[in-house]
This record gives sequence, C-alpha cells and structure tokens, in this order.
Amino acid sequence: MKWLATYPERCVGCESCMLTCSKTWFKEEDKELSRIQVSSSESGYAINVCNQCGECIDYCPTLAIKRDNSGVVRIDESKCVGCLMCAGFCPTESMFVVEKREKPFKCIACGICSKECPSEALELKQD
Amino acid sequence: MEKMKLLAEWKYEPKKIERGYAGRTLYVNIGDRSFKEKPVTEDMKEKFVGGRGFGLKLLWDAVKDTTKWNDPENELVISGGPLCGITQYPGSGKCYTVFISPLTEQTYDSNAGGYFGPLLKFSGWDALEVQGKSDRDVILFIDGDNNKVEVYESPFEDINAVTITEALHEYFADSEEDKRNISVASTGKGAETTNWGCLNMSFYDLRRKTPRLKQAGRGGGGTVFRDKKLAAIVVRKRGVGPASNNPADISVLQRTGLKLHKEIRDLDDQQNKMRKVGTPHLNEIMNEYHLLPVHNYKFGQHPEASKIHSKIFEKLFTQGIPDGCWYGCSMACAKAVDGFELKTGPLKGKKVTVDGPEYETCAGLGSNIGIFDPEWIIEANFYADHYGIDTISLGTGLAFVCECYELGFLNKDITNGLELKFGSKDDLMELIHRMGRGDDKFASIVGLGIHKMKKVFAEKYGAPFEVMEKIGMEGQGIEVSEYVPKESVAQWGGYFLTLKGPQHDEAWLIFMDRVNKQLPTFEDKAEALHYFPNFRLWFSLVGLCKLPWNDIEPADNVVKYKGIEAAKVPEHVQNYVDLFNAVTGKSITKEELIVQSERVYNFQRVFQLRLGKGTRRDHNIPLRAIGPVFPEEWEVRTEYYDNELKAAGIDSKGLTTEEKIRKLQEYRLSQWEQLVDAVYKRRGWNKNGIPTVETLKRLGIDYPDVVEVVRKHSKPEDNWEE
Repeated sequence: MKWLATYPERCVGCESCMLTCSKTWFKEEDKELSRIQVSSSESGYAINVCNQCGECIDYCPTLAIKRDNSGVVRIDESKCVGCLMCAGFCPTESMFVVEKREKPFKCIACGICSKECPSEALELKQD
Repeated sequence: MEKMKLLAEWKYEPKKIERGYAGRTLYVNIGDRSFKEKPVTEDMKEKFVGGRGFGLKLLWDAVKDTTKWNDPENELVISGGPLCGITQYPGSGKCYTVFISPLTEQTYDSNAGGYFGPLLKFSGWDALEVQGKSDRDVILFIDGDNNKVEVYESPFEDINAVTITEALHEYFADSEEDKRNISVASTGKGAETTNWGCLNMSFYDLRRKTPRLKQAGRGGGGTVFRDKKLAAIVVRKRGVGPASNNPADISVLQRTGLKLHKEIRDLDDQQNKMRKVGTPHLNEIMNEYHLLPVHNYKFGQHPEASKIHSKIFEKLFTQGIPDGCWYGCSMACAKAVDGFELKTGPLKGKKVTVDGPEYETCAGLGSNIGIFDPEWIIEANFYADHYGIDTISLGTGLAFVCECYELGFLNKDITNGLELKFGSKDDLMELIHRMGRGDDKFASIVGLGIHKMKKVFAEKYGAPFEVMEKIGMEGQGIEVSEYVPKESVAQWGGYFLTLKGPQHDEAWLIFMDRVNKQLPTFEDKAEALHYFPNFRLWFSLVGLCKLPWNDIEPADNVVKYKGIEAAKVPEHVQNYVDLFNAVTGKSITKEELIVQSERVYNFQRVFQLRLGKGTRRDHNIPLRAIGPVFPEEWEVRTEYYDNELKAAGIDSKGLTTEEKIRKLQEYRLSQWEQLVDAVYKRRGWNKNGIPTVETLKRLGIDYPDVVEVVRKHSKPEDNWEE
C-alpha cells in the first residue's frame, strides 16, 4: 500500500508541500486546495494528510470511493454526489471540503510533495 | 422482462432547477391519458412553500366539496419541496403524498424516503398530480433523462411491491450502476383488499444489489393508487450531484451538513444508536416508561419485551452499511435484515432483504398483538410491505380484532377458522396472507379499518358498539400509532387534536408533559400543541425528514438550553433556517418558519371542513386513549392509578375498581374538554375547531374560496366570549 508518512517534528512550516499539491492537482497555487494541510501547533507544526486507512470507503453511498491496485484510496468524481459523509466520518479529518469545490478531495499518495519538502518531513512509503 | 406496451407518450421541455424549485408541476390524467404542465407561481411558493403544501393546494383546486376517495377526481399528489434532494445534509430526500383518504374521508398526507422525491424534482417537476382512473393496470414512467412521460400497460400479474420494484429497476436501467438513478412507487394486492394501502418508494442499494422500500405508510394512499389502477410510477434521472438544486449558496449546505455529520459521528452511539439499530432503540425505552402498547394498548409494559430489545435487532440488522434512504443521510436509520428466509406465504423459502422493522412495526406487529418474536415481526413486516399494507394501521387494527376475539365478540365461525387471540402467531400471519390474497370476507372487513370494523361487527355479529367505541384505538377514522398516550394529557392532543388523526408526526409530548413535568397548565400544553405540530409540519413543506432534528442533539444542547427550549433543539432549528435560506436565497427567521407551517396547517384544517369534517366533533378520542377501560388495566398499576384519583381530589375509599375507573374517566374527559378549548384558542380557531377569518387574514391565506368555506360553517355561538 502506498501512503504518505509524515514527520511533523521535522516540518519547518514552509508550506511548499501545500502549494505544490494544489498546483499539481488543481492547477492553481492555493493552500486551501491542497490535499495535505500544515498548521501551527503547540509543539511546532501539525500535518494532516490521509493515511489511506480506507474507512471512508464504507461510508460512501454511491461506491465512489475505492482502493486502487496500489492500495491508494481514490474518489471517482463521476460517481461522487458531494454528500460529504466521507469527510464527516474520516477519523483523521483528512478528507477536505472547501467552498469553491462541490466535492471533497484527498491525498492520493502521489509523493510530489515529499520531493518538494526541504526538511524531509514527508516520505512516500510502500508497505 | 418483455418489452412493455406503450399506451401514451408526452414530451416536455427540460427545465433547470432554480434555487430548489423546478417552477412547474406535472399533471397526469391516468383516465384519458392526458398530460399538462402547470406553473408554480410566486404566491404558491410564498404561501404553500412546496411538498405537502403544494400537494394540498393542487388537490384543493382539483376536487369538489363532495369528492370521495374513490371518485376519479381524487388525486394522488407527490411532491418533495425546495430542500428535497440536497445531498449534503442528513434526511433530505423525503417526498410527501397527498390524497383524500379511504380511511378518514378527508385529506391525508404521508411521507416517504427513498429516491422518488429528489428524482422527480430533478426531472423537472416540483410535484406530480395524478387524477382519473385507468381502465387497466398501468405503469407511469417519468423519464427525466429524455424529458418525456410515458404510460405503459402493466404486464404484471403479481403487482406486489417487491416483485414489481425489482423488475422495474431492472427494466429501466442500462446497467447495475444505473439502477440507483431510478425510483419506483408501488403498492400491492393488500392495497386493493384493504383501506390500509401504503406506498412503497424505492431506492437501489448498490451494496446489497437490491431495491429497498421506504413507505408512505399511513392513510391509505396505496389504496387510492390501486383504485386508479396504477401498478407503479417510475422516475428516472441520471447525473444527480451536489448542486442539482442550484442553491443560492452551496457553501452553507456544505458547512451545515459537515457539522451534522460530525455530530452524528461523535454522539450517535451515546445518544440513540440510530446508525446501529434505527428507531427500534425505542423498544426498551417505551417499555420502561409504560408507553409500549401491549394487547391493544391495555398495558404499557410486558415481561417479554426484552425479547424485542434493540440489542436483538442490532444483531439481526446488517451492520456497517451506509443505510441512508437518500444521499448524505449519515443518520442511516434505514436498517435492513439480509438473507431472511421467509417461512410462510407465497414466497415461502425465498431469502429476502427486509426493510426494517422500525419501532412502530415492532410495537404494532409485536407487543400490541402480544407477539414478542423478532423473526415473526420481520416476516410480518416483509409481507405487509410486499402486499402494500401500512404496518401501523395493520398492527393497531389486528390488536383491536384480538381484543374483540378475546371478549367473545368474534369467534372462529366469523373469522373463518382463525383463532385470533393475542399472541396467536400462526393465525394472525394467516390473516395477513388472506388480506394479501383478497379471498376472505372476514379479512376484507378487518381491512376496512377499526372505524368501519366497529360498525360491521355490531351490525353483522351483534358485538356491543359502545364497548368497541371505548377500545377501538382510532381517531378521525385512522388507527393510533404505537405509543400509549393514556397518562399524558398533552399527548392526547398530540394524537387526537391533529389535522388527520392519531399518527405521530405532529407532536410527541409525553416526556415533556408527564416525565419532565414541563407543561403544567392547559395553556402550556396548548402552546406546545401549537409550536411542535407547526415546527414538525415544516419538514413536510420542504422535503426533509424529522429524525435528524432531535434524534441527534448537539452535545451542549441540554447545557445551553433548559426545558422546552432544549426540546426544540435550537441549534438544529437554526440549521434548518440556514438551509432554507441557502437553497432559496430568501431570508426567513425561525419565527417565519413557524408561520410558513401555520399557513398550511390552517389551510388543511379548512380543507377538512370543506370535505364535511374538520370540526370539534371530528376530534374524537376513545376512552382507552385516556385511561384504563377494564379492571385488569387498573390493577396492574393500582397504586399509580389510586394516586391519580387522589391527585384529582377524588375520594376513592370503598369504591370498586369499576367505579374508580368511571371516576377517573369522568375526570379525564373534563380535562380533555379543557385541553380542546385551550388548544383551539391558541391556534386561532373558534369553539368548534374552525379557523377564524381573522386567523386566515393574519396568515395571508384569506383566499375568497377559503374564507367562504369558513363563513359557511361558522356560527356566532361558536365565537369565544371576550
């Protein structure tokens, strides 16, 4: 299974992962549209990204969420009706919903952000 | 399935939904197979909002004062409402059926989940109005993808719900995935042979790979459906998405929906466990508080009630499936039993998915008829749905029959060999099958409903009418739903001072009134019987389900709010105000929300009056609903009832139980009359229960024809003294 491991203690909060992600997948540099979210925390930074646990799969009424051959949990947008139950029930709240998009989105473990990270706080893993 | 024979076809222009409305309604005359579209005016939106409001308005314009339920001009109107079909907020797929009822002989409205309401609207129609009677069984197909309406000759010999629904999902879908774009409204043979016909509205369950059935159960809408020779109404619309309603501000829907999803995620297990057991979580609660109807409402508790505890149903229901009956319903109370092997009837041996049972079915087709066997309840639930019979009226009706049998009013000669005592599982199941077959005269009499059964039992079999009047749990011609109302004066009103009879969609005040003692005066009770019926009616105007309002509450609800305010769940009320405004672009307040309901509430009251009902006389209440009728009912709670007499200032020393019962009845009947007065005053009605012209004016529904009905029936002596 492919998934993105995070090491928040190494994070410097440069947000390059977020900008890279949104540019790659939504063609605009907008942190809100990133599938990985970095925020300040008491001890430094917190990184919120999908761990591919797949719990959301069972909440989807249209079977729009499936695990692909690499073990990555993906949303089929053509089937998604934007009910947001996956987002509401995600145990790590890593299914994101923003005003400008009608449907939720999530990390698909492409690993591009990990290449951009200057502090090795992100690592694409394959179990 | 072979190709069906097309009898008529009508094409229409596609229409984009604007802020929750298609802006037009579809009229079909199934008799002459004519079609037309009607515009939805701004006044209609303002005064009737949608859903049940539209249904009543269209029905008002369609019928005469003298129209009976089985006249061709009676209609079946189905309408969702402006919020119907939003995908982000739980409970947003309801539609409302409106018709003149064979049971109550006045207007009735009944709601169902499933995908029918949303798909109808997204096909371009705020309401569907079906008038006339066909000369043969037909299937009406609304093809929202190709913008046409078609009428087919029904090829089905077996018109029962499961058979017809499965076949039509298969017939109209291009693929397995496509089946979710279809919804079928159907009923069954029992809707022809009884007045208890329900409508089943389907949605396709992609995981179970079978259609599921949600019922507009009450009032006999299925019987009207079959009277028109409708075998099914099918709607198909592909491509539903998050913005299909074209809301004014989708971000509010997202924010509010997400907030409620999280509340349900965090709190449902601690609160009502709707996601795991659905409404049967009530089974044990009602038993604990003497509210579970047992043996035709004689008792409110039973030692065997533990056998129908929700823990049992939790194991029987398949867990871990998103059981919402429309997209986005994370409350997921549409539970189902899978792989259930039927033990009786025409499908004996078949393994089926059974929708439910819900609480009402567990009580009606369980404790109320003395049966505490979950498997029996599930089987009866399946066949009731399949035959198109309302499980609530069926349960209460059978309970009445069992008591009449045990009192010796009926015997095996009359019942054609059936021993219909409480708990007679085999014979009661056989009676249900006889209704499903339509080959038994006694079963047909039972299917008339309690109101008419009383008359037939008296006239035909010499049963004492006055006793049956006391124990027959019906009001306005329809059976009481499954809560024992005896000990709550406010709930007498919640059941019997209603627009259409003792269903449970207007008010459930028992805890507030009796347990928490928050409604001490008649004025307090009247206020609750003003607010809650109106608040709850609002769901029926916009296309929502009641359950996510208070079957989940914010964690701090009872901390932030006290008493009745807490019972209103203010944060969720605000959610509804926000949702309405976000879809329609309007800016109503929570107070205006109540006024929206009040308009329709009073309009429907006048409608009943127009049809020859709707006065004080029609707000009848049986003695069983307000206290014990027979000594055994008193004697299971002697101390409690003795104290009730004492609290009423009645000296019971030396009285026999029968005499005590009479005293309590007299006292409670006087309380009932006081309650009726207080409620009528609060609602702006005269002494006879008729809305005053001033009330109509205040609400802006003083249309000349509405005022005329009120004037015609109002007398000066019915005005309140200053």
